[in-house]
Order: sequence, then structure tokens, then C-alpha cells
Amino acid sequence: MTVPAEAARRRIVDLFLSSEERLLQRWTQLSGASPGELRDLYQALRTALSSEDGDFADVRGLLAELSRARVRQGHTPSDTARLVFSLKEALYEVAEADGGPEALRGFVWFSRLVDDLGLYTFESYTAAREKIIIDQTEQLLELSTPVVKLWEGIVAVPLVGTLDSARTQVVMEKLLQTLVDTGSEHAVIDITGVPAVDTQVAQHLLKTVVAARLMGAECVISGIRPQIAHTIVTLGIEFGDIVTKASLADALSYALSRSGVEITGAARTRVAVRAERA
Amino acid sequence: MERVPILKLGDILIVSIQIDLDDQSVLALQEDLADMVVSSGARGVIIDITAVEIVDSFIGRMFSTIAAMTRMLDAETVVVGMRPAVAITLVELGLSLGGVRTALNLEKGVAMLEHVRGAAG
Repeated sequence: MTVPAEAARRRIVDLFLSSEERLLQRWTQLSGASPGELRDLYQALRTALSSEDGDFADVRGLLAELSRARVRQGHTPSDTARLVFSLKEALYEVAEADGGPEALRGFVWFSRLVDDLGLYTFESYTAAREKIIIDQTEQLLELSTPVVKLWEGIVAVPLVGTLDSARTQVVMEKLLQTLVDTGSEHAVIDITGVPAVDTQVAQHLLKTVVAARLMGAECVISGIRPQIAHTIVTLGIEFGDIVTKASLADALSYALSRSGVEITGAARTRVAVRAERA
Repeated sequence: MERVPILKLGDILIVSIQIDLDDQSVLALQEDLADMVVSSGARGVIIDITAVEIVDSFIGRMFSTIAAMTRMLDAETVVVGMRPAVAITLVELGLSLGGVRTALNLEKGVAMLEHVRGAAG
């Protein structure tokens, strides 16, 4: 059994190596890929098949690179895999023209090889796409959680966008760490930019406030829009003794007065100054 | 078993936890602290947990127990220097340490004790 299989393998490799132009032309036609890419792939395959140990590392490297490029260009995974699989059809035509039983038997072996490479392409495609998604998620997390200092001892977190567990966790950790680093005793969590508050989001907010309290800081939640207040009450969420304010300005003035800063009729003075200038 | 040292500064007792607490050390600390409060007539206790990285529910409950105990002896307890990770863990464990005063660091803890005593007369 071994000898015919070996012979069949040699025959199909010979066919593959000898009919370069024909294969490439047909392959390009079937896959719709650029002849340049396919030529590179063909050369890598030729080197791998001619070598003694059958090392396909170069071919795989090329395929991975090709998959990554295709992910960025927005091709579908099927398109990308079809590019590899269409080599089978091109080679089959060559094998059929040869007509020998060895060529056809060898084609089965070759077909399995191409299947493996095709699956590898598919995997590379998925891996590349996963990586893009993970990168974007991380970027989103970094972008969306600034902690800003409003006053000596007062920090604020303006939350924008939908809150989920992962994001709240990041916000929570970042806020608490900032409290430690800056020695701030007051924090304002502003949820003006949060489109909806459900029980889960409220739970996360409550946890953050309690954690800050455990560390010795006080948290105020601000920016609660009328419809959100309505939702919270309808859902029956209890904020307990946590201070909530309608706007960031209210929260700041509350935090200032709690930390002992006095505000003396600032609004009136400003009007007076403007009147003097006019 | 390692024992946690208790330092006296004026009428404040300072407990700085620098070791990995096991249940035995926690129980010993509670006893030692009660003895110290009585013998020194301290009016305030500060527990500094800046160096504590891992807590469980038993240690979490220790803070409440100590606070309740010292209050019986007319001394206020402040827990200071809790790390964010520790705070998050305690919240996830469902312990909100009701009745325990907290401050960001030792300095603010001392200031808080003075403020509390000032208010009490």
C-alpha cells in the first residue's frame, strides 16, 4: 500500500510543479484574487512540496498575512477560505487531463493538504478579527473613563454611554485609585451621558458609592435626568442615604460646602461686573 | 502566631496591620485592643490597613466587631488606608461595614477623631 501512495503523491506534486502557468491562470479565474498574491502562495507551496521535510511554515505565514489583510479590507471569511479551496479545482483539471490513476489518487492526498491550509486560513481570519474586536474594546474602555479633578479634594467621573459590568468595574477601580492617589474625600459620579439606568446599572453605581465610603470618601451621584429619575422610581430602586443631585453644578456646590468651602453670592457679583463694563 | 502591635499616641491607639491576618491573629488583636483601650483610657482607635491586600468576610467582620467593642468602651474607631481592591472585595462580599468610620489615610483619620471628639464636647 505504501509504495503506490508514495508514487501517487510524487505524481501529483510533479503535476503541480510542472503546470505552473496553467494552474495560476485557472486559480486566479476561480478565486477572483489578484495574480500577485496567488503567485507568492504558489512559490511558497512549491518550496514546501519540493523540500524533504515538507515544512509548510512559510505557506502558513503567507496565509495568515493574507487573512489579516482580508479582514481589514472587509472580505467575508468564506471568500477568504474559497481562495485557498479553489486551488483544488484548478489542480483537479490538471489531474483529470493527465488521467492516470496515480494522479487521481494523489489528488485526494493533495486535497486534504489544501483543506488543512484552508481551515488554517479560516482560523487566522477569525483570530485577526477577534484581535481587532479586543483592541477596540480596550480602546473604548480607556476612552470612556476619565476621572477629572474639579477642586482640591473633589474629583468627578463623567460617565458617557451604556454601562455594563466590565465598564463599571473599570470606572470603579479608576475612581477609587484616584481617590487614594489624590487624597480626595469627595467624588461626583455624573451620569448625564448614560442613556438608561436599569436595576443592574443602579446596582453597580451603589456598589461604587459603598466602596468609596469604605475607603473614607463620600460620593455624590449627579446628572439624573427626569426620565431616568422616573425609571428609577418605577423600578423601585432604593438609593438609600446616597446623595443624588440633578446637575453637576449642584453636586459640586454640595461637595464644596461639605469640604468647608464657602460660596458667597458668586452669580450676583458676576452680573455686577458685567454691568460695570457695559 | 504573629501578634499585631498596638501603638499609643496621646489618647489614640494606632494599629497598623502589616502581616497576613489569620483567624487566630484577628481574635488575639480584638482581645489585646480591648485590654489596651481599658488600661490606657484611649478615646480613639485607628486601624491602618494600607498594607492589607487580601481580605475575607471574617476580617471584614473584624472591623465592625472592633468598632462596636471600642464604642462600648467610649472610644471611636476609624479604619484608614483601605485599598481600592479591598474595598471592592468587601462590597462584593456584601459587607458595608455599617457603624465603622473610614478615612483615606492616617492623617485624615487622626483629623476625623479630633473632629468627632470636638463635636462630642
